[in-house]
Amino acid sequence: MKRYVTVVLLLALLLGVTAWMTSKGSVGIFRMFSAMKIVGSTLRHLQIVAAAEALAILIGIPVGFLTTRRASRFISPVLIGIANVGQTVPTLAFIGIAGVILGMGYNAAVIALFVYALLPIIRNTYAGIRSVDPAVKEAAQGMGMSKWQVTSRVELPLARPVIMAGIRTSCVVNVGTAAVAGMIGAGGLGVLIMTGLAVRVMPIVIQGAAPTAALAIALDALLGGLEEWMTPRGLKVMKKAQWQLQ
Amino acid sequence: MIKLEHVGKTFSDGTEAVKNLDLEIKEGEFCVLLGPSGCGKTTTMKMINRLIPLTSGKIYIDGVDICKLDQNELRRGIGYAIQNIGLFPHLTVWQNIATVPMLKKWPKTKQRKRAEELLELVGMEPDTFIDRYPSELSGGQQQRVGVARCLGADPPILLMDEPFGAIDPITRNKLQEEFLKIQAKIKKTIAFVTHDINEAIKMGDRIALMRAGELVQFADPATLLSSPKDGFVRDFVGADRVLKGLRLLRAKDVMQEPPLTVKVGENPMRVKALMEKDRMRWAMLTEDEGHFLGWITCDDLQESKRIRDTITPPTITASLDTPLNEALSMMFDSAIGTLAILDDDERLVGVLSFEIIRDVLGQQVDEAKTEPCGEGQ
Repeated sequence: MKRYVTVVLLLALLLGVTAWMTSKGSVGIFRMFSAMKIVGSTLRHLQIVAAAEALAILIGIPVGFLTTRRASRFISPVLIGIANVGQTVPTLAFIGIAGVILGMGYNAAVIALFVYALLPIIRNTYAGIRSVDPAVKEAAQGMGMSKWQVTSRVELPLARPVIMAGIRTSCVVNVGTAAVAGMIGAGGLGVLIMTGLAVRVMPIVIQGAAPTAALAIALDALLGGLEEWMTPRGLKVMKKAQWQLQ
Repeated sequence: MIKLEHVGKTFSDGTEAVKNLDLEIKEGEFCVLLGPSGCGKTTTMKMINRLIPLTSGKIYIDGVDICKLDQNELRRGIGYAIQNIGLFPHLTVWQNIATVPMLKKWPKTKQRKRAEELLELVGMEPDTFIDRYPSELSGGQQQRVGVARCLGADPPILLMDEPFGAIDPITRNKLQEEFLKIQAKIKKTIAFVTHDINEAIKMGDRIALMRAGELVQFADPATLLSSPKDGFVRDFVGADRVLKGLRLLRAKDVMQEPPLTVKVGENPMRVKALMEKDRMRWAMLTEDEGHFLGWITCDDLQESKRIRDTITPPTITASLDTPLNEALSMMFDSAIGTLAILDDDERLVGVLSFEIIRDVLGQQVDEAKTEPCGEGQ
């Protein structure tokens, strides 16, 4: 509960600052963005992140899962290697490249963010499934579970918290990255920040930056709650027991 | 009944884990697969439920070639317990135990009821444990749940891979004893893998001793101990094999009638006279219902004292089921070097002495004389 109090306080602070800046109307010769514009940009921002994330989940989880299978295990070091190298390319550079290759706009931004979201999801799915105790899998097999039953009843439930953590990480990182996507004409809160920076009016920068931060914090809390909810009770009990031992 | 015919397993890297193995496990028999690490015992066991496919030969269960059966159906009909237990951490105790019933789509209430029965069978209070998660249990309790789980849908055959391997010696001993009692009731056909000769002797009806993928000797524990087939077997069972044989016998098998029992009310001098006549070093005092009170020695008896006040109280007593190896050590703690055997109601039923044990050992050595004498250890 304590955690949520902090989240709510932070959100209130960030939204309050945004509202305050918006209420100024204008700074010098510059007009502030309207409340409507901020809400619209936030929704657009969210849309970019959600589209990229959905794609990444759809592709990342099956790929991560398949790399744990005996037949395709050889590919996992290659894949994880590529993904790791990909992740080292600076966000700004990557979005720029995506813009150049795919043309400026929404699609390029979504694809760039998708690639960024993919790595944590593949890596966590792989790690989550690999972390399942081989003895548990052997017992499941030995008692006559089919391959599909071993996966659906044992491996996935046990890997679920780790997979969820990957989704959460990639989501939160991408809220920040999506701000950069404003540079290639995809819209979103990044546009506000860059406008403010271009004219050197800090209240306008804050109009973009504060909602971005609020969005990241809100999503993190939301997905954290979802992760908790999706963790089987037996695993929570186990973690608690391990904590007490330490 | 399980029958292995010319069974062989060569892994893809070329290692021959099992070579041309013939083995027959009878219905209701507790068969121990014993041998050093890498001898192919676990591979052999896992071929029976096809966790490892065989490369040559045939395995029959009740006359049916297992390769002709559906793999998952076959496994659901065979209980499976392993050393690392492998309980599902995200499922409760009852869901774990009911894994195979669940796979067989029993109704939920029947699954839970079965789990209750089995918890009771393995000595765990159902009300306390049924809704717990594995991480809330001690190692020994987890192992019990593992045993309960392999009995889930009451399979006629059990495969057990060192199921008591990963627990402390005291708990292990207790679980072994309890499992033997369970087996006496349920009479399953069991293939039990271990590398522990003591466990094998204690648990097995017959022991299949393996080396480098081959069956060296397949015999009951007494035969294995008394007539090891070759140097390898002799080494494996150990130089103390004669002593290990004691483990096979229980107090009730060899105990003798107490030479003289005295009831509480008797006259001390009459007892003294009786004992002196037969030159007895000791007699045993019991209450009217036969409850053992203590040892009487000739010197302690006095006319002025009641017998009851002159006895040496028993420091230790054994039960009918005490294995002889334990009984032997207990004798050293016993007040007069002889051990009183009491039945479940604490009534005196017999005695064990060093002489009796020496005779038993002597017989075993005589039986062993038939083997060709090696140069020993």
